[in-house]
Amino acid sequence: MSQTAESNEAEQPGKKPQASSAQFLSFTLGREEYGVDILRVQEIRSWEPVSRIPNVPSYEKGVVNLRGAIVPIIDLRERFALGCSQYTPVTVVVVLQAHVGDKTRVMGVVVDAVSDVIDVDKKNIQSAPDFGAKVSTEFISGLVSVNQRMVMLLDVDKLLKLDGVDDDDES
Amino acid sequence: MAIDMAQFHQVFFEESFEGLDAMESGLLNLDMGDVDADEINTIFRAAHSIKGGSGTFGFSAVSDFTHVMETLLDEMRDGRRKVTQQAVNVLLGSVDCLREMLQAIQGGKEVDRQGVAAHQSALDDELHNRSTDGDSSSPPPVKAEAAAIAPASPEIAGWTIAFSPHLNLLKTGNEPVRMLRELATLGDLTVTADLRGLPDLYQLDPEECHLSWKLDLRGQVPASDIDEIFDWVEEDCDLAKQPVFVELPRFDSEPSAPESGGPNEVPVESAAPRPVHARTTATEVKKDEAKAAAKGSSSIRVDTAKIDTLINMVGELVITQSMLSLIGEHFELSKLDQLKNGLSQLERHTRELQESVMNIRMLPISFVFSRFPRLAHDLSSKLGKKIELKLVGEHTEVDKTVVELLSDPLVHLVRNSLDHGIEMPDVRIAAGKPETGTVTLEAYHRGGNIVIEVSDDGKGLDKDRLRAKAVEKGLIDADAILSDKQTYELIFMPGFSTAEKLTDISGRGVGMDVVRRNIQALGGNIDIISTLGKGSTISIHLPLTLAILDGQSVAVGDETYIVPLGAIIESLNIKEDRVNRVVGKGETFLLRGQYLPIIRMHEIFNVPSVRHTKLTEGLLVVVEGQGVRCGLFVDDLLGQQQVVIKSLEANYRRVEGVSGATILGDGSVALILDIPGLVRLANQ
Repeated sequence: MSQTAESNEAEQPGKKPQASSAQFLSFTLGREEYGVDILRVQEIRSWEPVSRIPNVPSYEKGVVNLRGAIVPIIDLRERFALGCSQYTPVTVVVVLQAHVGDKTRVMGVVVDAVSDVIDVDKKNIQSAPDFGAKVSTEFISGLVSVNQRMVMLLDVDKLLKLDGVDDDDES
Repeated sequence: MAIDMAQFHQVFFEESFEGLDAMESGLLNLDMGDVDADEINTIFRAAHSIKGGSGTFGFSAVSDFTHVMETLLDEMRDGRRKVTQQAVNVLLGSVDCLREMLQAIQGGKEVDRQGVAAHQSALDDELHNRSTDGDSSSPPPVKAEAAAIAPASPEIAGWTIAFSPHLNLLKTGNEPVRMLRELATLGDLTVTADLRGLPDLYQLDPEECHLSWKLDLRGQVPASDIDEIFDWVEEDCDLAKQPVFVELPRFDSEPSAPESGGPNEVPVESAAPRPVHARTTATEVKKDEAKAAAKGSSSIRVDTAKIDTLINMVGELVITQSMLSLIGEHFELSKLDQLKNGLSQLERHTRELQESVMNIRMLPISFVFSRFPRLAHDLSSKLGKKIELKLVGEHTEVDKTVVELLSDPLVHLVRNSLDHGIEMPDVRIAAGKPETGTVTLEAYHRGGNIVIEVSDDGKGLDKDRLRAKAVEKGLIDADAILSDKQTYELIFMPGFSTAEKLTDISGRGVGMDVVRRNIQALGGNIDIISTLGKGSTISIHLPLTLAILDGQSVAVGDETYIVPLGAIIESLNIKEDRVNRVVGKGETFLLRGQYLPIIRMHEIFNVPSVRHTKLTEGLLVVVEGQGVRCGLFVDDLLGQQQVVIKSLEANYRRVEGVSGATILGDGSVALILDIPGLVRLANQ
């Protein structure tokens, strides 16, 4: 059993002990389908031009003004090396909340399209397959099958951490 | 009816601290010769409301203590008592003590009973000291505290107790140390042990008590309380107690008792009053408390007038908004003028609203200044100097954060001026200056900055000595060429101190560098002007607020960046013949005889869509950051504007070369450049 599944099982009952199912927002990146815990989704916006941040990885597109707060935008396609995406007015930014320490941080992820809200019975969440060092699955908290399609569930906190966003936390 | 009183505690503490500040400044303002009844009334009222408040909330220690102060003040108010320097000093000490008590309660800590008891007895003594107040008014203030304790009341002001236990006292299960501790809670206790009964070591039976004690208890303690303590041992000891009256100043009877130390002093805690010791622990406690308090929620008191303005603004805004929506409902081209008018009104009101909201955070600088009269008062008597402190422009308003962060550096500067700047009175007279030195603290606005000046008419900085010292410490080369300004700035270098000997006030050589760092952290700078023999002036320039910055927006490709206006020296076009290359890569630009490195913004920030790559086509913005000058090569200058600083770190992370971000008029985000960071980035 992989490490992610263990931590997933350990975490989920602790957070919502009464619920045996959880809701996920699913979206597509190329031909792959991903899901995030719907309670972590703050809002869904359309793509708008960002202000670039100098000298950062190309998947960190820049920052935008979200009602007075400066919020970073991350392109998940580029982040997962699924090729570059063309930004059109229908490109969607999902604004997610990540918990870092005792603070809540907000970031936007660029996805191809938002598809659905899915109800998942926690018993049906499988652990992510281990590909060793070849494919990084650290930020995938589990897999679930919906209508014969595989949906990868993303761990928002780890996703943000991988991007090194909390590097200089309290500087 | 159960009301949770704790919710009001914070308000009570805030009010009490304010009251204490008022008392302190009132006491310092009291003129011995000609006492202003209003001033005493102010002090009295402050004491009275602290007493009332603490009584209500059940802080009986505070209310009891304040009660004594109040009685004393009441007598002064009615003219039954003369206002003496000594009484004022005792009251000032009590104000400090009260503040510590309140801070202890606020921080949920134990009140320092020892210190409180010492102050209380000093107050009591002062209270019963009516007969002597006229002639004892002129002891030097340093000794005043000790002197204030000495005179006793015509009533019982204490007891001298001779306590000689019998040999078998310990066998009855009594512990003398415990009784002594018990006694110490009644008043101020001095214990002197009598070792004469002690046999040689090999004859000593550890179960026998050979010691006897002479106890000196100060305070209005009823005889019955003392009897109660010795109740159990009456059979097993010889006990003689004698009340102490005013005719018997206790320090005379036992002059060396508290300082005798050695084997004679029984190491009972809280036994001997050592004012010096008590004071240091008190300040340590104070620091802890301050830290604890700083962690708590911070609040701000706002003038009602400011709130009224704010409400007016919001009202105007609502009216403008409803007017605009009326126009929008049935819009025709003929209403275009009306719409334009409405929009400009909206703009004006929003700006005014923003200004008045920012105004709420503004506090008068007197919040920092108000502590200095006390500091000057205490230090001048400690140093034996005559010093007058002038405060100018206390009503100048500064952002709350700046006010809070400013106080430590300022204390340091004022101390320096008092300690090193002002000479001793005899030296001053010899130099043909007035005996009393003047230290001036002045605050005023200049442009978008607040300027704070600490100036003294003391001896000034000696350039040659500064230089010699710096060479001696290896901070500069012996043949270094320094301008006057650079020489004075040597005192900001770490590890630099010109004081011939260290004092506990200042001169340890850590400090000025910290002061400068603190000021720079606030986005300000610090300058020194000095004339040998005439005095020095240290001026601090600070931005009015940390939340808003005057910026110059510059274009680099499609990106807009904000350069802090304070960092810009000038902007200019580049002529090809002024550009030189260093080892083929680095570019420098000759500006009035100085070679400045050129930083190409589009290169170090990797901006793809740059318009100009030839230096002659774009503009060079000459900036200075932390003493380093350089030229930023940008496409264009866009305009000056005030920008609201937003944190990048809140949701993202720190980015090298960028100090923050702001939101432009069109809703897009622009990064604010950090000049020293840019220079570092360019050097990598």
